[in-house]
Amino acid sequence: MIYEPSMIAVIVFFAFVGLTLGLSFYLGSRAKSSQGYFAAHGQIPWFVNGVAFAGDYLSAASFLGICGMIAFYGYDGFLYSIGYLAGWIVALFVVAEPMKRLGKYTFADAIDAKFQSRGIKLAAGISTLAVSVFYLIPQMVGAGVLVQPLLGFPHWVGVVLVGATVIVIVVTAGMVSTTWVQFLKGSLLVVFSAVLTLMILSRGFETKSGGEDGYAFRTLGPFAADNLEAGIKQSTGFEDATVVPASEAWGESPYVHLEEASGIVSVWRVDSVTDGQVVLRESQTVSTTDDGTVLVNGEPKGTKKGEPELHPVGYISQLPGGATDTGSLGPVSFFSTLQESEVVLWGSETITDDGTPTTVYYPKPTPGSQVLRPGEHPRFQGIRSDEPVNKLNFLSLMLALFCGTASLPHILIRYYTVKDESSARKSTIVGIASIGFFYVLTLYLGLGAMTSGAMDVTDSNMAAPLLARSINEWLFAIISAIAFTTVLGTVSGLILASAGAVTHDLLTSFMGMNLTDYEKVRVAKIASVVVGAVAIVLGILFKGLNVSYLVGWAFSVAASANLPSLVMLLFWKGVTREGVIAAIIVGMTSSLAWILLSGDTFAKVYGLDASQAVVPFSQPGIVTIPLGFATLVVVSLITRKPTAE
Amino acid sequence: MQTRNAKIGFFLFGIYLLLYGGFVFLNAFAPETMEITPIAGVNLAILYGFGLIISAFVLAMIYGFVCRGDDGSTSKQEDAP
Repeated sequence: MIYEPSMIAVIVFFAFVGLTLGLSFYLGSRAKSSQGYFAAHGQIPWFVNGVAFAGDYLSAASFLGICGMIAFYGYDGFLYSIGYLAGWIVALFVVAEPMKRLGKYTFADAIDAKFQSRGIKLAAGISTLAVSVFYLIPQMVGAGVLVQPLLGFPHWVGVVLVGATVIVIVVTAGMVSTTWVQFLKGSLLVVFSAVLTLMILSRGFETKSGGEDGYAFRTLGPFAADNLEAGIKQSTGFEDATVVPASEAWGESPYVHLEEASGIVSVWRVDSVTDGQVVLRESQTVSTTDDGTVLVNGEPKGTKKGEPELHPVGYISQLPGGATDTGSLGPVSFFSTLQESEVVLWGSETITDDGTPTTVYYPKPTPGSQVLRPGEHPRFQGIRSDEPVNKLNFLSLMLALFCGTASLPHILIRYYTVKDESSARKSTIVGIASIGFFYVLTLYLGLGAMTSGAMDVTDSNMAAPLLARSINEWLFAIISAIAFTTVLGTVSGLILASAGAVTHDLLTSFMGMNLTDYEKVRVAKIASVVVGAVAIVLGILFKGLNVSYLVGWAFSVAASANLPSLVMLLFWKGVTREGVIAAIIVGMTSSLAWILLSGDTFAKVYGLDASQAVVPFSQPGIVTIPLGFATLVVVSLITRKPTAE
Repeated sequence: MQTRNAKIGFFLFGIYLLLYGGFVFLNAFAPETMEITPIAGVNLAILYGFGLIISAFVLAMIYGFVCRGDDGSTSKQEDAP
């Protein structure tokens, strides 16, 4: 689609970023010591910290990725919401209070409280860095995604812009300003998502045959499959149309090319309806010719609105009882109406003909009952197959989400910003309340986007902002700006966690450097700049992946590397220093290796065939989390001193 | 002091683990049950999903109330904004 920046959006956007930066500079002038820099002097009120948890946690992935996944595939995206929230139960009931009791600045502090070992500091520091960088990638990708329609910049500008802004925030003020920025954006995100949800409900559903640009997608037939051309010529307006003979690559595909009276060649998907009968559904195509011209639906892609571009999609084709408009709906009737409706979702596939790849986007009329059930997304289809291996991928992801939250370094360091265990507990409860409420809204937002007529078939990450734009321009500007500050907040938390790990765990504790308070802060700032730069580069490289999926991987690595030590230290006296080190290293490397060898990475990152992948399914959690625990127990037993207590 | 809180936490954690585990296994091994619409035309997938989120909140509140005054913290209580 062609995105034109709007003046309102640009103004709102810069107002938000300016406010955020102003706040940082103001608060930054008050935090000078390293205790202040890394842990906000432990003086953040628990309620603020709780909402800041939401700000920290509700990243671009939650907002953009989940909404996009629900908008394109239905219920499946909500599985992420459920898993992300469930992880907070582990954080609250198991990890929160011990973390606060044992640590001071970093996750490694808590793990190492019993042993005072340099090896543990090194391992935990490295795992903090690895998880943070992994988690940074989707945030940066999300930033690029947002800036594109908002300001009209290309993807990489968005990534650089976010990286630079965050580096400024983190360098100026550390944890104090980061916390307040997160508090601000956490509240705004929840409030405006609620506003958006109310608007979706009051808008209700209406039937359409195309998106908001007014283009109605055409359907021909049904007619006999063995006499396609005659059937087509009987359709109104297609008397002069001819079927273009298919080349070899297209011949095997379910598409036909029609040269219409206007001379334009359109692509149609042939769907069989009953025996021998087919319908033709108008599809959309994007291809790049040898000389680099991008063709959209057979014409060169335009640069301004009104010129050839992909049409927006996402509409309801049938409502229950043949209605055309439901009027406003309640929170329950929203689902029960959709359950009985038919929604047109869009699939895509790429066909390479003579070296020219063409991506075809085709309509898939889908019953609402299917949209609202799990297992429609290609990644989750395994649960509907009879092969146990396919179910493992799903189980593995849900396990990683459950275990991952409580192992994320940037969430864990937030326990050091409050003054005691009681505050740690209370702020977690506030966090659960605001995060849970937001996740309930994601299902309305995603389904609202699905039926908004504003979806860009090429980019699921854009669903939430486009939904807002289908309602009004101001809302679009605000939602996009909030989403952008969402990225800022999460990224600053991650960079701060990494800087803390470098300063405390690697330099001070492991290398034995004796840094003064002032030097510590300076080293941390340098580390922030470096991590920020790395994040910028990775954000540009990983452009095309759905951000929610990338976050799923970060959770797997966090859970595999960190959770075994965290949990076992609390519940088993026999843990040894060597056991902890081994568990962190094995958990981290095995999960990273698994991801790098998985079918999804093969297909989407290396551009290879997914079936060549080494590991049987893509999500590592179900193997590598137990492996981490097993390593810890086995190594601890082997290295246990004979005179154990 | 921690042991009492930890015990309560562990117990509540167990309850949630059962609920979450039930959801995950139902999805994995009997996905068709998620399509039934027991209440008000809303299917089980949505009801159970919302239920999980709400029960997380309820359990968290229970934990918060039961642990009150039992945190052994050294600083003053109720510094709420």
